Formats: sequence, structure tokens, C-alpha cells
Amino acid sequence: MEAGSSMSQPALDEIHLKVDDLRISFGGVQALAGVSLDVRRGEIFSLIGPNGAGKTVLLNCINGLYPPKAGRILFEGRDMTSLRPHQRAALGIARTFQKIELFSGMTVLDNIRLGRHLHMRAGILSGACYVGKAAREELVHREFIEREIIDLLEIAHIRDKIVGMLPYGLQKRVELARALALQPRILLLDEPMAGLNLEEVEDMARFILDLNEGERWRATCVLVEHDMGVVMDISNRVAVLNFGEKIAEGPPAEVQANPEVVRAYLGEVEDLYVSRR
Amino acid sequence: MSRAARPPELEVTPELTIPKLFVRKAQEYGQRVAIREKEFGIWRPITWAAYLENVRLFALGLTAIGLQPEDKVAMIGDNRPEGLFAEMATLCAGGVAVWLFQDALLEEVQYIVDHCDARFLVAEGQEEVDKALAIKGRCPKLSRIIWDDPKGMRGYQDPALIRFSEVQRLGRELADREPGRFKALVEQGRGDDVCLLFYTSGTTAKPKGALLTHTNMLKMGQNLLRVDPCQGTDDFVSFLPLAWIGEQMMSISCGLMAGFTLNFPEEPETVLANLREIGPHTIFSSARFYEQMVRTVQVKYLDASQPKRKAYELALGIGHRLADFKLAKRPAPWPWRVLGLVADQAVHRKLRDHLGLSHIRNAYSGGSALGPDYFRFFHAIGVNLKQIYGQTEIAGISVVHRSDDIKFDTVGKPIPETEVRITPEGEIVSRSPSTFKGYYKDPMETAKALRDGWLYSGDTGFLDPDGHLVFFDRTKDVFSLSDGSRFSPMFLESRLKFSPYVKDAWVLGHLRPFAAAVICIDGSVVGKWAEDNHIAYTSYSELSQDPRVCTLIQAEIQRVNARLPAAARVRRFLNLHKEFDADDEELTRTRKLRRAFLEERYHDPVQAIYNGAERVGMGTTVTYEDGRVAQVKADLRIVEVPDAGER
Repeated sequence: MEAGSSMSQPALDEIHLKVDDLRISFGGVQALAGVSLDVRRGEIFSLIGPNGAGKTVLLNCINGLYPPKAGRILFEGRDMTSLRPHQRAALGIARTFQKIELFSGMTVLDNIRLGRHLHMRAGILSGACYVGKAAREELVHREFIEREIIDLLEIAHIRDKIVGMLPYGLQKRVELARALALQPRILLLDEPMAGLNLEEVEDMARFILDLNEGERWRATCVLVEHDMGVVMDISNRVAVLNFGEKIAEGPPAEVQANPEVVRAYLGEVEDLYVSRR
Repeated sequence: MSRAARPPELEVTPELTIPKLFVRKAQEYGQRVAIREKEFGIWRPITWAAYLENVRLFALGLTAIGLQPEDKVAMIGDNRPEGLFAEMATLCAGGVAVWLFQDALLEEVQYIVDHCDARFLVAEGQEEVDKALAIKGRCPKLSRIIWDDPKGMRGYQDPALIRFSEVQRLGRELADREPGRFKALVEQGRGDDVCLLFYTSGTTAKPKGALLTHTNMLKMGQNLLRVDPCQGTDDFVSFLPLAWIGEQMMSISCGLMAGFTLNFPEEPETVLANLREIGPHTIFSSARFYEQMVRTVQVKYLDASQPKRKAYELALGIGHRLADFKLAKRPAPWPWRVLGLVADQAVHRKLRDHLGLSHIRNAYSGGSALGPDYFRFFHAIGVNLKQIYGQTEIAGISVVHRSDDIKFDTVGKPIPETEVRITPEGEIVSRSPSTFKGYYKDPMETAKALRDGWLYSGDTGFLDPDGHLVFFDRTKDVFSLSDGSRFSPMFLESRLKFSPYVKDAWVLGHLRPFAAAVICIDGSVVGKWAEDNHIAYTSYSELSQDPRVCTLIQAEIQRVNARLPAAARVRRFLNLHKEFDADDEELTRTRKLRRAFLEERYHDPVQAIYNGAERVGMGTTVTYEDGRVAQVKADLRIVEVPDAGER
């Protein structure tokens, strides 16, 4: 894993996702007080910070779940602040959730297929009859799901299992699989390691690296994560939020040494440096 | 099913080798399906012609990167077509194939790769390549590492690494330069050449490398097929480690001889589902596999609704009665036969289907003895389960049950061309054209095992009046209590393991006043039971020490005790706080108990059992597959079994 992350620096300095002076408040709480970020194409960009710092709110703003009070979000140079969530998804922004948001009564395969929905072109009628174009289209997408997602995430053995019956670690993986079905260019990952055991964390980190570096995907990743060992290992750059404000940004080593970051984590210093391996 | 369709038998001449037979068969069968692999959710066929082409290119590729005749090629990875290509290509190029267990620890890999003088190592993907690179510095003879699964392999730049397809490309270049080279390579082999080097699992010492020749392997396949013929249209699922002789027996020897189709599962985790999709005609597996199947059925039974449970109980009862008639070689009275048909249609047929056994003609169990309860179960549901007995040193098999002559306390009769005798000391010795050449670089051990062409097995047994071999145990594994009464711990363990709640059992008692047991509960089954009974727990070790779980296991042991002679009854036991694991050296890779090691490791708990203590503190180290070590501490509860009693 280490060998992989150290050798491939993001090739371009092109800004893939730009967040400009974003503000949002809930009642009297200012969740984001003017946050600006530049996420470069092909990097793993991590957001860290104490609980309630506004990390998830920021993700929710990026993928359109919350409308910001002020500020802009630019994707590949295009202002998408006013776009609806599904329109943003169609642009190539996919996400996973901190608390699993899968359809627990459906199979793994069906959940992934749902993520593929945006790419289906056949209409309701031909889909219902399942002839000609609709059937052919389905085969193409199924092949994509099998080759690029199920094989990559090593979930072949559960493809026909009901999601609700699976252990938590596998559900997290299915959540990622569904996000991939969108064929995203930017992947927003909200605490993908939370609640996983050591082995599952290592697997998940490997998958994220595969997605980020593998020829096939080259996905830009925005990662919200508390496991500092993982964050410091796989991120290209890290931004630290505290009470809705960005207090530091830079390569992992730099951020780790920043006195202000340590202060923000005061009482949680352990937490910042703790590494699970 | 018929025996009539048997083709004329092949003559195994001193000239015949596995590659020669392979080339002949591949040319004969051409477009017939030789291999199927499930990939991306679909079974993809590979014809004999494609199989041959892949092997040809890889064999020439190996030659191109410097393989000389008699060079060893080590292989590590899951069962997959590329693994088979690599092995067959190694043999074609005149090399010797050495398989390692996929989950072998670093030191094991290092020991074997170094000891066998391997110059090449064929690894599957990133995990295996990591192991290979880690040991490379300590194995100076190792020059190239070949890999085939590209996942995660970007960024690896060690000059020793070379991709499978790249080797094949080099092979194609060589083929273009010298079109006759492959044929010449195959032709140069002789039956007496060594083709496989097997490292035996070694319950006691360092693994020993057994050298097997082409003739050994071919004769073994032929003699097994003489007992139970297979057809070219049969299916076989290859899912056990190729480092185990049993898998080589079926996939290579019998596979070539009979020409049946080999099926490779999608992932190790999907084996059971894939088995059901294929419905193989023959299965050869370890006792573990069958134990696991029975466990699956028992767990589903515990989960089922009342009417379903009733139906299962009735049908199984009928099945047991019919199985008893069959095993006693008495015809069943017609009312039982009618009931049997009903039970088969209503329950057994579906059960077989779910277990992937609906087409099964012969199911073999080898490795270690399978308990009689399991045997009865499979015959009750209509599966023709038989025992195989043999050692790696005799190419895997010397004795097998015949379909119409099965006794579940024996392992059957010798296969053709095989002699089995019992020495005056009670040791089983055997001789056949499949007896191995000796241990690699170990003349001392060879002299011990091989005397005047007879293989000394180190197993104790006797021949019963019908000529069946009864196999007790490893000689050193028959226990005597301190009062002199003898019993077999393996027999007891197999009985205990028949309970769905018990995953592993280790029976003690040698030179001690009574028999006792160390139990590893089955975490998932007992966990389910605990859930149903509203028992909260957080971990395996906590669950194992719960007093109610101890009572549950106690009742299971009492049930086993009731059917045992007084001397062999388990009087005290404890639930271990962890499962036995091969990574901790508690089991061999084929999952046999390593008793001497266990005695040493669990010295304190064992002492406590015989001291009459009620609790014992225990700290153990746990080894993870990547070599990390962790400490686990636990307080173990020792439980008395009532009525195991005074004699």
C-alpha cells in the first residue's frame, strides 16, 4: 500500500473541485463560516477535524443535499451551486454515507444496479417489455458492474445476498460499490472506515487507492475520516476544519506538525496521532 | 452411471509421462471443454486446444527465461486455470512442480522455497508477490517471480518480477524461432523422472519433501479409476489446495486419465455456491469438508420451522434405517424401500441439491478419518460416501471403499496393483507402482520410510477378516490411560465434533487418570443459539466462557459419553477462548491437530484440568497472516461432566 501511494503524485495541478467561501448555518449555529478549498484532479483530499467541525455538512453541500447560504461550488470550472443533487450526480459526483444508506431489503446486486440507473437510456415501456435495446443495454451495464466493481471490491460471494443480512463491514463495501456504479469522477467518502475492524480498514484503504490510482478509475477522492493512521497514509493533502472554519491545509506531515491543529484537537491530541497499525 | 461405457484402458509404459499423455489427450479432444472458470459471474469454458496452447506457450516461456530440466518451480495461489497451466507447463519443460499452500506463513514459504532450490516462483497476485519479495533476499537461488493477477500490481518494479502473459509472449517468440522445441521438450521426459515435489504437512517436525514420478502419478490415477470409472463428460470442481496430494490426484492424474472437465470456483468464498451450480460427479475432499456440510445442515435445521424440522427428522430416520441395511449388506424389506422413496423425494433430493451433491456418483473422504456419525448421515441422504486411505508418499491413495462394500469403521480395500500388510508391530506398510522415490535431500528419513520397496506409514491398524483395512491412528496417537486402558482420541474428537456447537475438540488423557477435552465452540452456531436465548456477549472468548454456554456444551458431551465405554468418557472439559488456527501452528495446513505443540502451548490449562481446579488464567499469542503477533489473555472455566463417572 505504501509503495503505491508514495510513487504516484497527482499528475496535474488542475483544480477539479473548487469550494469558494461557503457559508451555511442551522439556527444560530454557523456550520460553515466561509470555507474555501481547491481539490486537484486525481488526488486524495482528506477533511479532518473534531466532531461537529462541519465536515459532513461540507460534503452535503458539495453533493447538493444542503443549499449553502452563500458561496460557490465549482466542478471542473463550472458553477454548480444551483444544481439539484441528481444533476450533480449526473456530472460525476458520487458519495457514500457515514451511516449506511442502502436498501436493506434488496440484494447487493440490485443496490448496485440502482446506482447505475442514471446511465440507463431505455424508457419505461421498453424496459418493462425487456426486448431489443433495453435488454442489450442491461447486459452492457451488468458487465460493467461485474468487471469493474464486483471484482474490484471482492464482493462476488455476496452478490445475491440481501444487504440487511450482511455484516457491517461488507455493507460499507456495498455502499462504495453503489457509488461506483455512477461511474463518478469525484468520489465523496464520508467516514468509510468507521466501525470497521483492522482487516476491513486495510481492505478499504486498498480499494480507495485502487480507485484513485488504477488506470480504470483515476477517481478524485474527498475523504472525511477520523482514522488518522489511514488519513496520513493515503492522502495527498489534508484540510482541517474547526467550528466551521478551515484552520490548516497541506500535505499530511505539514498539517500534523501545525500547532493550531494540535490546539484544535486539544484534549484529543491522542486521537490525532493514534494510528491503528 | 454405467460401467459399460469404459474405453479401452491406457497402458502406462515406462516412457509415458504426464505431459505426453496431456498432449495426446488435448489433441484428441480438441474443442471439448477441459476447464471452466467462473469469472465476473459467468462460467467461462476453456477448450482442450486452448489449454494446450496456453501450456505450450508458458512452457516455452519458462525455457526462454532459463528453466532447465529438473529445475524446481514453486507455485502459490488459489486454484485457477493459470495455476494449472503453470504446473502442466513446468512438467512439459522437464521441471518439477512444488505447490505451496496459499495461506502459508512467510517462514513456511521461505523454508520450502529455499529447501527445494526453486529458481522460479509462480505467484497469483499481489498478496503472493508480497510474500515472494519478502523472502527473496533469504532464498538466493530464487531468480524470477511470475504473477498473473494484475490487481494492485501497479507500482511494483522489482526486476525479478515478470508477468504471466509476458512469459507466454517470450514463449511465442521461442516457438517462432524453433517450431519443434515444445515437442522435443515433451518427448525428452521419461516415466521415471520426478514431476512433483510435495512438502508433507508435518504434524511433528519440519516438512519433508516427497518426490513423486510421472509413473507414480499416472499409475495411481489409473488404479483409482479401475475401481470407480469416470467419464469424459463428468464434472469435477477443483477447490482444495493444489498443494494437497488429494487435489493433484483428481485434477491432474484422474483428470487426464478420464478427461473430465475441471471447474474452478470464482473465489474461495463462493465454493459452496459454485459447487451447487456445477453439481460434480466426483468429490474428493478432507473429512473437514464433510463435517462442515453436516454442520450447515444442522444449523439450517435448528433455524427451520416446526413442520420442516419434523419432515427432516422423519426422513432422516428412514434414511438411517436404509443406510444401516445397506452397510450391513442386507436387502431392505419392501416397506422400508417404499418409505425410502418417499423420504428421498420429499427431503433427501432437495438436501443433496442444496449441498451440490445431486449428481454425485462417488464422494471420497481422505486425509483424516471421518466419524461414523457423518458416514451414516451421508448414506442416509443417499450420497455414496467412501473413505480413502493413503499417504503423499504413495501418491495419495492405497486403500478405498468399494461402492457395494462399505463399512464405516474401516477405510476399505487396497486398489489394484497395491499390497498392504501389517508388520508384527501393527504398523501399516504398503507397496505399489506409486510408491515415491524418497525425500528430497533427506536420505535418513527416506531410509526410515522406504525399506525394500515397502512404504512404512507410521500408522497403526489391522486387516479385518473381509480384507478391509482398519486404520486406528498414528501409532503415537493411540492413548493409554494411567490404568492401562486404551482409546483413540481421534475417534472421540470426531464424535464430539458431530455436535453443531463444537467446531474443534482436542482430547487429552495419555498416561493420565481420565479422558478430558479442550473444546473450541463454533462461534456462529453458538452465537446464534445465544441470540435466541437472549444471552448478550461481545466476543468469541466471552461467549465461550458464559456459564450457560458451558452447560450447553456439557449436555453435548454427556450425550456423546452415553455411547462410550467408561474408560473413554470425557470427565472434565474447558471451552477455549479462541479457535485453533493453522497460523498459530495449532493445526497443520490440512487442519489436523498438532498434539505435541498443543500440549506445550496449553500446558497450564491442561495441568489445571487434572489438578481439579475450577478456573485457569491463560495468555496466548496470536499470529496474524502478515506475521504480526498479539497477546490474548483469558480466564478459562473448567467444567465437570456428570455421570462420566467412576468405573
